[in-house]
Amino acid sequence: MNDDTVRVAERVDPLAAETSEGAQGLQSRRRTATDELGREVGAVLRGSGLTLDPNDVDYERRDDETMIINMGPAHPSTHGVLRLMLELDGEFVLRTKPVIGYLHTGMEKTGEVLSYVQGGTNVTRMDYVSPIANELGFSMAVEKLLGVDVPDRAIWIRMMMAELNRIASHLVWLATNGMDLGATTMMIFGFRERELVLAFFEKTTGLRMNLNYVRPGGVAADLPDGWEDDVVLICDTIYERTFEYDELLTGQPIFRGRMVGVAPITAEEALALGVTGPVLRSTGVPWDLRRSMPYLAYDQVDFDVIVGTYGDNFDRYAIRLNEIRESVRIIRQCVEKMPKGDYRTQDPKVTPPPRARIDESMEALIHHFKLFTEGFHVPAGEVYSAIESPRGELGCYLVSDGGPKPYRLHVRAPSFVNLQAVPLMMRGGSVSDAITVISSVDPIMGEVDR
Amino acid sequence: MIPLSLTAPPGVVTADVMASDLGCFPTPAQYVELVKSFKDDGFEMCVDLCAVDYLEHLGRAVPEGVVTTRFEIVVNLLSLSKKQRVRIRVQVGDQDPVVDSLFSLYPGTEAMEREAFDLFGVLFRGHPDLTRILMPEDWEGHPLRKDYAVGKVPVQFKEAPGPR
Repeated sequence: MNDDTVRVAERVDPLAAETSEGAQGLQSRRRTATDELGREVGAVLRGSGLTLDPNDVDYERRDDETMIINMGPAHPSTHGVLRLMLELDGEFVLRTKPVIGYLHTGMEKTGEVLSYVQGGTNVTRMDYVSPIANELGFSMAVEKLLGVDVPDRAIWIRMMMAELNRIASHLVWLATNGMDLGATTMMIFGFRERELVLAFFEKTTGLRMNLNYVRPGGVAADLPDGWEDDVVLICDTIYERTFEYDELLTGQPIFRGRMVGVAPITAEEALALGVTGPVLRSTGVPWDLRRSMPYLAYDQVDFDVIVGTYGDNFDRYAIRLNEIRESVRIIRQCVEKMPKGDYRTQDPKVTPPPRARIDESMEALIHHFKLFTEGFHVPAGEVYSAIESPRGELGCYLVSDGGPKPYRLHVRAPSFVNLQAVPLMMRGGSVSDAITVISSVDPIMGEVDR
Repeated sequence: MIPLSLTAPPGVVTADVMASDLGCFPTPAQYVELVKSFKDDGFEMCVDLCAVDYLEHLGRAVPEGVVTTRFEIVVNLLSLSKKQRVRIRVQVGDQDPVVDSLFSLYPGTEAMEREAFDLFGVLFRGHPDLTRILMPEDWEGHPLRKDYAVGKVPVQFKEAPGPR
């Protein structure tokens, strides 16, 4: 700790230099320092007080007994461009190292050159499976800095759309997880139901994905006429069909055999690694920001936080399936309680004038033009605002220097942090279970790499 | 709003920041000690760690007694039992920013510190594997620094032109 030298890995293996990313990848045991090896096998977590547990690291194992193989970045079951380097002893995984960055597009840097008005189009592309969550996190951070109050209707619309998005996201998860286990029916079912939600998104926002619907100050458009019927129909259909998934998967012996007791993680390990969302709740920690630190109007709706016991794959599956049902419950209450009023704040500083005014008023036209070219200025300061995305805590750390663009935009992506639990979960399991582990953590690579 | 029931150890500059978080401004020397005291105080999770390069915004508002530097590490701790957050901002230097790693307290900071190293070039003492995480291993420079120009690097498709 008090070493003055900082070890930046400078390891070059001539063969590896040709084929790999170099030091980012998993190295052979004799090239790996003790503390790094301890981290890779999770011994830092198992030892008392987070010191290395020497019994847990077999330094003596020779390299010719094991094999390091690559999985990804273009492997179909790594859910995007995740690359895992696995050290195998026969069929069993000894060490795992996720190598990420293949989808890095510098979105945090891009966020610094886009104004707050444009920022939503950028952040919505981070977690492309649940775009509303990203926009919500960003907008809430901007609003906190601005000190703008959002009208009630906007809050409830946001909540309803966020829950619809949670359903869509969990359905994609169910679908791909089923696919990984060979349950192709689930794949078809999941995407079929998700289509209902996306069709409603298209009707409301004009787009199926990357919506840019939630914006600082409210939402982009009011709900379309007859939205209640659409939403109730979606709720009825999906709620009913969750019981079909039960029949298809929950009691199915092969599915259970692949999921129950596979890749468990304890609450202490999850907390130490910063894991949030369904993965944390599967270990029995009842932590859901919607309940624990309510935002929007989650304190005015009735829902249960689903908590697991064993922290294994099956718990994570069960939590996500039941969260779909809870989201349906929340959406039904949103339909009932949806207040009337504005769907965005009437503060002219952040909201453009209505379209009709632009035809008749030069000032309105200038106002509109200024807002979309220069943007609005946000008071200097810094803010961290967090929401519960389908994958865990999605935080947005925003620094403003008083200008119309964020000085620094950092998104705390739940997948990025949750991915650290993968090596721990995979250790000692077989390669075929590795695939279910990746999908049970549910990483979205757009968000991991940003 | 949750009332502030927390106090930082003496000698550490604190301030109430937005959303009822407690903000702390330790010196690099106080940093790990402070985090450890919060950890013992029931902050089970280190939610977020990121760096900020204040090159173009050096005159930012900080409480009295804090000497600002170009680079800042921002750590967000979360207490599940108290339902409270605390934000720790460390000034880590202007030229070659170095700071102690939180890895021994919160192993979950491993990837986040690698990200801060990769994108800002902040070094972490005691980190087990400080390599680039998002950028390729042979990348030069740290892209999220403010003096790292946007669009200066020609995109290498076929027949990439030489350096301009």
